Amino acid sequence: MTLIPSKARAQFEAAAAERILITDGAFGTQIQTKGLVEADYAGDLGLSHDQKGNNDILALTRPDVPESIHRAYFEAGADIAETNTFSANKISQADYGAEHLVEAINHQSAKLARRVADEFTAKDGRPRFVAGAIGPTNKTLSLSPDVNDPGYREIDFDYLTEVYREQAAALVEGGSDFILIETVFDTLNAKAGIMAVKQLEKELGREVPIMLSMTLTDLSGRNLSGHTVEAFWYAVRHAKPLTVGLNCSFGATQLRPHVKSLSTIADTYIMIYPNAGLPNELGEYDEMPDTTAGFVHEWAIAGQVNVLGGCCGSSPAHIAAMAKAVADVSPRKLPTLETKTRLAGLEPFIMAA
Amino acid sequence: MTDSNSSARFVNIGERTNVTGSARFKKLVMAGDYPAAVEVARQQVENGAQVIDVNMDEGLLDAVEAMTTFLKLIAAEPDIARVPVMIDSSKWEVIEAGLKCVSGKPIVNSISMKEGEEPFLQHARKCMDYGAAVVVMAFDETGQADTKQRKVEICKRAYDLLTGIGFPAEDIIFDPNVFAVATGIEEHDRYALDFIEAVTELRELCPHAHYSGGLSNLSFSFRGNETVRRAMHSVFLYHAIPVGLDMAIVNAGQLDVYDQIEPKLREACEDVILMRRPDATERLIELAESYKGVSVEAEKQAAEWRSYPVEKRLEHALVKGIDAHIVDDTEEMRAATSERGGRPIEVIEGPLMDGMNVVGDLFGSGKMFLPQVVKSARVMKKAVAHLIPFIEAEKEAGAKAKGRIIMATVKGDVHDIGKNIVGVVLQCNGYEVIDLGVMVPWSTILEAANENDADIIGLSGLITPSLDEMVTVSEEMQRAGMTIPLLIGGATTSKVHTALRIDPAYEGPVIHVLDASRAVGVASQLLSDTQRDGFVGSTADEYEKVREARANKGQSALLPLEEARENGFVADMALKAPAPAQPGVHVFDDWDLADLEETFDWTPFFRAWELAGTYPAILDDEIVGESARSLFADAKAMLDKIVSEKWLTARGVAGFWPCRREGDDVLLDDGTRLPFLRQQVKKSRDRANFCLSDFIDPAGDWIGGFAVSIHGIEPHIERFRANHDDYSDILLKALADRFAEAFAERLHQHVRTNLWGYAEGEQLTNEALIKEQYRGIRPAPGYPACPDHSLKPTLFGLLDVEGNTGSTLTESYAMLPTAAVSGFYFAHPDSQYFGVARIGRDQLEDYAARRGVEIAVAERWLRPNLD
Repeated sequence: MTLIPSKARAQFEAAAAERILITDGAFGTQIQTKGLVEADYAGDLGLSHDQKGNNDILALTRPDVPESIHRAYFEAGADIAETNTFSANKISQADYGAEHLVEAINHQSAKLARRVADEFTAKDGRPRFVAGAIGPTNKTLSLSPDVNDPGYREIDFDYLTEVYREQAAALVEGGSDFILIETVFDTLNAKAGIMAVKQLEKELGREVPIMLSMTLTDLSGRNLSGHTVEAFWYAVRHAKPLTVGLNCSFGATQLRPHVKSLSTIADTYIMIYPNAGLPNELGEYDEMPDTTAGFVHEWAIAGQVNVLGGCCGSSPAHIAAMAKAVADVSPRKLPTLETKTRLAGLEPFIMAA
Repeated sequence: MTDSNSSARFVNIGERTNVTGSARFKKLVMAGDYPAAVEVARQQVENGAQVIDVNMDEGLLDAVEAMTTFLKLIAAEPDIARVPVMIDSSKWEVIEAGLKCVSGKPIVNSISMKEGEEPFLQHARKCMDYGAAVVVMAFDETGQADTKQRKVEICKRAYDLLTGIGFPAEDIIFDPNVFAVATGIEEHDRYALDFIEAVTELRELCPHAHYSGGLSNLSFSFRGNETVRRAMHSVFLYHAIPVGLDMAIVNAGQLDVYDQIEPKLREACEDVILMRRPDATERLIELAESYKGVSVEAEKQAAEWRSYPVEKRLEHALVKGIDAHIVDDTEEMRAATSERGGRPIEVIEGPLMDGMNVVGDLFGSGKMFLPQVVKSARVMKKAVAHLIPFIEAEKEAGAKAKGRIIMATVKGDVHDIGKNIVGVVLQCNGYEVIDLGVMVPWSTILEAANENDADIIGLSGLITPSLDEMVTVSEEMQRAGMTIPLLIGGATTSKVHTALRIDPAYEGPVIHVLDASRAVGVASQLLSDTQRDGFVGSTADEYEKVREARANKGQSALLPLEEARENGFVADMALKAPAPAQPGVHVFDDWDLADLEETFDWTPFFRAWELAGTYPAILDDEIVGESARSLFADAKAMLDKIVSEKWLTARGVAGFWPCRREGDDVLLDDGTRLPFLRQQVKKSRDRANFCLSDFIDPAGDWIGGFAVSIHGIEPHIERFRANHDDYSDILLKALADRFAEAFAERLHQHVRTNLWGYAEGEQLTNEALIKEQYRGIRPAPGYPACPDHSLKPTLFGLLDVEGNTGSTLTESYAMLPTAAVSGFYFAHPDSQYFGVARIGRDQLEDYAARRGVEIAVAERWLRPNLD
């Protein structure tokens, strides 16, 4: 079966060949600044649980909030909007008694992001993209939550694949160009996400490009399931993703060696969106926009990145500072890898050609 | 981090976690004893399996359940899960269930066209979606491929189908079926040869694909006869690997080294596998009878070699390095010699030297490696020690050696592992070595050479001041009118330094010897009537060329010191580390050795024995793997004793002092000045000219220092020496060095997370530690970032190293005991290692003023950085 190629992919590649693209910044910390109350979140959905903190449900109850944040990021210079759907999956929404609304949340979130993106494209003709964001859920396929029973798992691969497929289908239906599997702390969860998108592609008969973003949980450069950056890349390279990269984790300084190593081995575009530094004693991010921009600028100069943006603690001001800092820097050229068998456990294993 | 720590030409796939291959594993899984089953996997990885094959195809097992349970359990074990998994089953449902539990990129073993193209491609597409490489069996609708033609045809068809759906060619691994040979059925005779020829042809037809095979089938008709089976497997691999076999499911510990298979058996196996003669099968079957019932190689050898004639036993003991019976055998030989009127010396000149010649030849041709040679030397020494009283009783002259060589580690230096290895290798090859030990002044060296009528002098050294001392020795040899050759060796020496500084100082031949394996070649040419002049002439020419090239070479441009300073590294002092949690000096009298053992970086250990490769991959290296495994086992056994019997004591001290930067100096609050050197070589674009002081805040900061040393080695070394056991002597010294390095690593970690405490939550694997993936550095005086060894006394004073740990410095500032490390701690996140490299006259003068020493003194300490 041949899939219809994605037009958005071609547009993205054309733009990425010319400049470093900018994706957006944090949603959570931006929503916090709006001072919303329970009634804003709950709306008139009549749900049994409190909804305060369920940021994703705002697409249904206060769509003006995510819309204004998308607008602010586009105004700051973003090329990509990531939908406000990090937790809009059946597993995470169950905590809010809202699992029956998963399809609607994703559909509406993608739709409103699309609308704002198209509005900006109409103004200046520059393509804007919508990346349907899929978070890791709070369950893990590789680790047991019970230390006395290391073989136990709370969920299985097929279940998580179906959870992701449902979310991805609604995101694409609502107008997402790509599916962004982000904050990957468990590589096997990401592989289920890839499987879900592959299934969706077959159902739709067309290509749905994937963006992958790993998150590191220790400074030696491994995620929670224990994979090094290199092993992670070999474990997911079959997705032929549009971008691969790192997000969240630590601040930009701590990510530096890992960005460098990934950029030399990934034969696809690199997207990095770090936190605005490390949280201070109060758990707040206080790194100034120019500081973050200064760090990411170093990667840009070193030819290590194609897409930059922000994660926790970043604001439109951070995105604007980054966009300005890298406006004239040439984007990273994709390396050609020698044809070799690249396998992975927690560590990479390469067979000689 | 980007460098892949595991990459390989031939991949050993562990087969112990396969119920069809391991009776023990099957029993454990059947009994539901998964914890023990997991241990089997761990052992395989520890023993060097690069991929582990998991197979649960057993009629009485729920294979899906067993596969998923086991894979989930090993996912929780980082020591096991670091390597990729091979999910092995003949049932697709078991494979797919396994794929859903594996987080990395595994290999599926296997899929085939047995049920036609459609199911084959369907499975292949699934593998692509899950992200897995596949083993493709040479099997089609009509059956398994047996002939070469069928193997090639089926594999090529599968390759075209797979690449046609976009399956990556490099992720295809063909298994073209290894079938049993020597079954007595004529049609089976070609099976092994067909496999080898098919792989040869397929390699051309299917770019990037790989080839694998299960070996146990091959020798199926010799079940129960392990000796023959192992020989057949080794012979098969010997011929199949060069044509393209990349991996095999095999118990790596149970393969014989091709060269060590008994020639008769090897030839018979070769005749069968390569189908070299029509009666090959009958001949192998006949020969196999004589190996029947001998299940373990060691037993076979024990039974056999002890029954050889005594000369052969001596040779065998020397070649294999077995010292268990050497005294008895030597005595038997001496008595027999004496009975027929011979003299004891004839035992040495006859059978012992013959045996050592075999060792020398094997070493020279790369079939034996250094650790084995040193073991052989131990056997030789014990034999000679037994004979000496008899020889002296007869008052006969000693055996005529090929030549007499004086060896010494020069004054101020205490390192002798390399020198001892060279000494042993030379003795193994028939030279008499007079070893003067360490810290030997030039006068003693010259005296010993004269008194003993030496043919050659060999000098060794590890630290940079030893280079100057070697120049001194050569100058004194010149003054004394000597003409014998001078050999130069040791980690810090080089051909360039020898050519530029030592060779011009002495008119006799001066030769730089790169490593121990070259020593024999050099000595034999120097002492040969016919080769000597040619060799000396060509070496002199070579050094002349080095000097010319050096004179003509436009050396990289140096910046004036002021400009280099302007281009210094600017660290963001907002990021500097906080003040230490526990300032002051901390003393550690006896750090737990078992804890240090866990932090060992083994790679340099193998390098010390001239075995090239990275640990742990070196243990499975095609060439040196066997030698490395045996050395590693001996090292582990000695380590157990060192730790349990507490042979050594790890003592150390660390301290932190408030300071500030002043130019290129770091000025401690107590007034101590630490002057550092700045890179002066002109840098491209935006690279800074680094100096260690760049990492210290002028507005106030902290610096640390440490010294660690391993004490208590002497009585053990004496014991080994008395026992003529150079092997254990070198082994213990090499391990003590590892302890010192591991202690430095561990102490640094303790400093980062506790004492200084700027990286409290840091959690790093040993591998990450070895790769220095942490914040902060610990440069040592005398090494590239801080090349002046003479800063060590200052550091020792600050820490009262002698009072706190009992470690001292020689006049060249080498630390005693020898296994020791010292350095400074810098904590700034941007601090990094660099090499100062060449500096200019301006910085030399400036530095001498800052150090408060005469320019000539500074020049002496910094000589390696001046040209």
